[in-house]
Amino acid sequence: MDMHLSSNNGPVVDRNEAEQRIAGPAKERLVVVGNGMAGMKTVEELLAKAPGRYEITVFGAEPHPNYNRIMLSPVLAGEKTFDQIVLNSREWYDANGITLLTGEPVEGIDRAAKTVVSQSGRVVSYDRLLLATGSMPFIIPVPGATLPGVIGFRDLADVDAMLEAAARGGRAVVIGGGLLGLEAANGLRVKGMDVTVIHLMPTLMERQLDPSAGTLLQRELERRGIEVLTGADTAEILGDERVTAVRLKDGRELPADIVVMAVGIRPNMALGKLAGLDCGRGIRVDDQMRTSDPSIFAVGECVEHRGVTWGLVAPLFEMAKVLADRLAGGEGGAYTGSVTSTKLKVTGVDVFSAGDFSGGEGTEDIVFRDAARGVYKRLVLKDGKLLGAVLYGDTKDGAWYFSLLKDGADVSAERETMIFGQGFGGADAGDPNAAIAALPDSAEICGCNGVCKGTIVKAITDKGLTSLDEVKAHTKASASCGGCAGTVERLLAVTLGDGFTAAPTVKPMCKCTHHSHDAVRAAIVDRGLKSMADVFQAMEWTTPDGCASCRPALNYYLLCAWPGEYTDDYQSRYINERVHANIQKDGTYSVVPRMWGGLTTASELRAIADVVDKFAIPTVKVTGGQRIDLFGVKKEDLPAVWADLNAAGMVSGHAYAKGLRTVKTCVGSEWCRFGTQDSTGLGVKLERMTWGTWTPHKVKLAVSGCPRNCAEATIKDLGVVCIDSGYELHVGGNGGLHVRACDLLVRVATEEEVLEYTGAFMQLYREEARYLERTAPWVERVGLDHIKAALVEDPERRRDLNARFLFSQTFSQDDPWAERAAKGVDRHEFNLLAEVG
Amino acid sequence: MDSIITEATALETVWTLVGSVDDIPVLGSRVVRTPQGDIALFRTAADEVFALEDSCPHKNGPLSQGIVHGHRVTCPLHNWVIELATGEAVAPDEGRTGHVPVRVEGRSVALALGEAKLSRGGCRKACGHV
Ligand SMILES: Cc1cc2nc3c(=O)[nH]c(=O)nc-3n(C[C@H](O)[C@H](O)[C@H](O)COP(=O)(O)OP(=O)(O)OC[C@H]3O[C@@H](n4cnc5c(N)ncnc54)[C@H](O)[C@@H]3O)c2cc1C
Ligand code: HEM
Ligand code: SF4
Ligand code: SF4
Ligand code: FES
Repeated sequence: MDMHLSSNNGPVVDRNEAEQRIAGPAKERLVVVGNGMAGMKTVEELLAKAPGRYEITVFGAEPHPNYNRIMLSPVLAGEKTFDQIVLNSREWYDANGITLLTGEPVEGIDRAAKTVVSQSGRVVSYDRLLLATGSMPFIIPVPGATLPGVIGFRDLADVDAMLEAAARGGRAVVIGGGLLGLEAANGLRVKGMDVTVIHLMPTLMERQLDPSAGTLLQRELERRGIEVLTGADTAEILGDERVTAVRLKDGRELPADIVVMAVGIRPNMALGKLAGLDCGRGIRVDDQMRTSDPSIFAVGECVEHRGVTWGLVAPLFEMAKVLADRLAGGEGGAYTGSVTSTKLKVTGVDVFSAGDFSGGEGTEDIVFRDAARGVYKRLVLKDGKLLGAVLYGDTKDGAWYFSLLKDGADVSAERETMIFGQGFGGADAGDPNAAIAALPDSAEICGCNGVCKGTIVKAITDKGLTSLDEVKAHTKASASCGGCAGTVERLLAVTLGDGFTAAPTVKPMCKCTHHSHDAVRAAIVDRGLKSMADVFQAMEWTTPDGCASCRPALNYYLLCAWPGEYTDDYQSRYINERVHANIQKDGTYSVVPRMWGGLTTASELRAIADVVDKFAIPTVKVTGGQRIDLFGVKKEDLPAVWADLNAAGMVSGHAYAKGLRTVKTCVGSEWCRFGTQDSTGLGVKLERMTWGTWTPHKVKLAVSGCPRNCAEATIKDLGVVCIDSGYELHVGGNGGLHVRACDLLVRVATEEEVLEYTGAFMQLYREEARYLERTAPWVERVGLDHIKAALVEDPERRRDLNARFLFSQTFSQDDPWAERAAKGVDRHEFNLLAEVG
Repeated sequence: MDSIITEATALETVWTLVGSVDDIPVLGSRVVRTPQGDIALFRTAADEVFALEDSCPHKNGPLSQGIVHGHRVTCPLHNWVIELATGEAVAPDEGRTGHVPVRVEGRSVALALGEAKLSRGGCRKACGHV
């Protein structure tokens, strides 16, 4: 091939085969820049519609014929060879009279002369020019991003580079937990590398999947040996001659032999820009795929159409059809945008998503979870139409949902049953009972125990069963996770007709689930559920992200079960606990610094007085908990107020918390003539031990120095009354709406015992009470004997409980005020997003 | 020739840029202060953004301080549940707070403050509460 180079002073027209192959003078010349999926789809469609109309020249930067880019993932994973993914061979180009120039990027367009010039200096004239230059991997601008060993995932050269690295083994870090990144990670893992995925967002593929599905996906990838770090922000890529590691913003360093950048794509519009075409985020085109120059068209990922750029093949193919029609001389339809769906191409992992989840007025979620099969499905409906679908673990109905979605079909009649898939509905789709009646006998009802419909119906009729419990006992259906209990009840109803009345079931935690608090808690511990999304899935929540009632409870249960492991979810906390102050009716906050055992000093009081002056705090009040409450503090002022209080040695009093509030004391033996023990000193010790803990509801302690009980210890959650021979421990008391005096738990001789019993009692309450259940109703519900059995009669259990309490305290005794005042934690909570106007 | 991209709406609607989606916690809220009062911006699990007057139709509780779930927020003061898209209280409660059109482009969030349908809260039960 002619390889002489052109100089800059004007195009040298290369009279090679391209020019000479002109078949007739009337033939228009079409030049295609970009030998990729969109460009060649357009050419294929054009050849089908108007064969021989154009004299076609195709420039491709890559040295290959046209191949199926989306199949690069299976090539990487070793499931396909390159030859298997070639779409059009060189022979095909020849046979269709197309001049294919591979390894030859176009570098310039002369719109006036209507020519393009390639890197090698070749100049080719066009009547119509098609830009189909695709896109490039977005490389995040961190130091080290250009080091050798940093690879994108876009073309065969990238795949070859990855395969070469994988052959040497070692460690790969993939930056980006989207479709591309995960397919790269899977391929590299299959090829034997140790792979870590770093993802900025809290869950994987957050563009396509909701957090529930994203978490399931993460668990599956982890099971396959891929490490996934979410919420991880890359700071720097390290290495001298080539990459050696990736450093995260939180300081963690991950050794790496290669780094794959898969954080997104950038439309490749350089050529269009250079030629002065109207460009935004891509080369701008109208509904006929025409750029701002009427002779130049563009399709594929390089375009911006109606403000949108695309990164999947389906919309590009739609564009290609419209354009081919136009080029073939037809009036053509118009391309008006696409509805897309996504499937992850990792063998054995079924993930599907389509449409959009931007709800709005009247959107409605239908959620189905089958914990046993690892299935999660969510449909978003609006006005009787399907808006979006996310499927995990069972994607066979993806295509059906997608067509309903694209057609804007009215699905109100199938609303109740469509989540179960196509064909579930049968004739009378609107009625779930009818749908169940229509199921074949072989349909599996209970996934856990593999019980099918026929078995259950037979048991009901043969054995005369009338209740869910009987069906459970006889068939094991719904005896494990209980997820199919509703279906079994429907089967009973269908089989027995009027003879069936649903049994009263346990009170569910909230409308998002049919499980009780106790069942959920037990599952968290027994099944090792360590995140909210895991609980939602395992316990088959019917909402995507819970509600204001279950989320705070789950957050507490997880925190209690997995100290040090579970990360507190602040968005699931009530505002007071989120900002560490009490919201007042006017939207201002109150601030209560801790005064250990009710003791204070001149310098603390002075600091409080200064804060009151400085921030013009309107009300200062002494609380019933023996400390000082500052009312009417503006939210924006909170961190500054705390900073000043911290500087004087004070910390949060947790007056806002479902946690330890106060330890009220009397002066005791130090001053009082009746005092038997140092009640104040013991109160301080108790408060130092228990502060900062999170509990199902608030907890208040008190220590009185003698039975005169000036600290009102016998209406506290735990009250200590000092006596000559030691200490009486009283539990389960409450003032308030329903006054309840404490029950006497035990008498002990030493302060050490008081502390151990207190820790053990706190932990028993933390582990057994339901969220928002105070100690008084809890003690009444479980009975004092139950508590005595655990704490008094079983010293070993008491020691264990106390040890667990103290262990969890090692994670909770950081002053939340200091973190926010000095370390800038949750700064967003206290600042406006913006001030306008 | 046919128009390329028409920005017809740009003539009528003024969009005020207020920040990035990433500035708002997922399932959380941030406040924008405007001459018409505070506007609460909410971000859902699916990264949608909604804007409501930061004032509950019940007794003007600050909705920005509530718990966000699905497409709703629960008011921190007395647990009314408000639709993020419309400001409408969920039954059995009745009332509506103002909402502001939001546009997200890339990660940028803009408000059409001129189009805002702001009420001063106000419950329809006509018992005199504001
Ligand atoms: C690994 C991987 C997996 C994917 N999986 C899926 C999937 O499952 N589903 C899906 O829908 N999509 C998937 N995609 C996206 C899909 O491949 C793209 O949307 C599609 O290939 C874009 O087509 P295009 O023609 O616009 O760009 P490309 O196919 O990239 O073609 C552009 C071509 O133009 C060439 N070029 C660029 N500049 C010049 C120049 N100046 N001169 C000459 N040639 C030039 C490029 O080298 C390239 O060959 C995947 C992509 C990758 C990389
Ligand atoms: C019905 C349930 C109750 C509710 C809703 C309730 C509410 C509150 C609130 C909101 C505060 C914090 C005030 C502030 O700082 O902004 C508070 C503080 C306090 N409450 Fe209650 N309370 C209840 C029951 C009780 C009971 C039964 C008692 C005592 C027997 C009690 C005693 C106190 C005390 C002493 C304080 C100050 C605590 C401190 O110093 O931290 N409350 N209560
Ligand atoms: S409880 Fe007893 S020791 Fe304490 S102040 Fe009252 S009388 Fe004195
Ligand atoms: S008694 Fe009633 S009014 Fe007084 S602080 Fe407690 S809840 Fe508020
Ligand atoms: S002010 Fe919102 S619920 Fe009362």
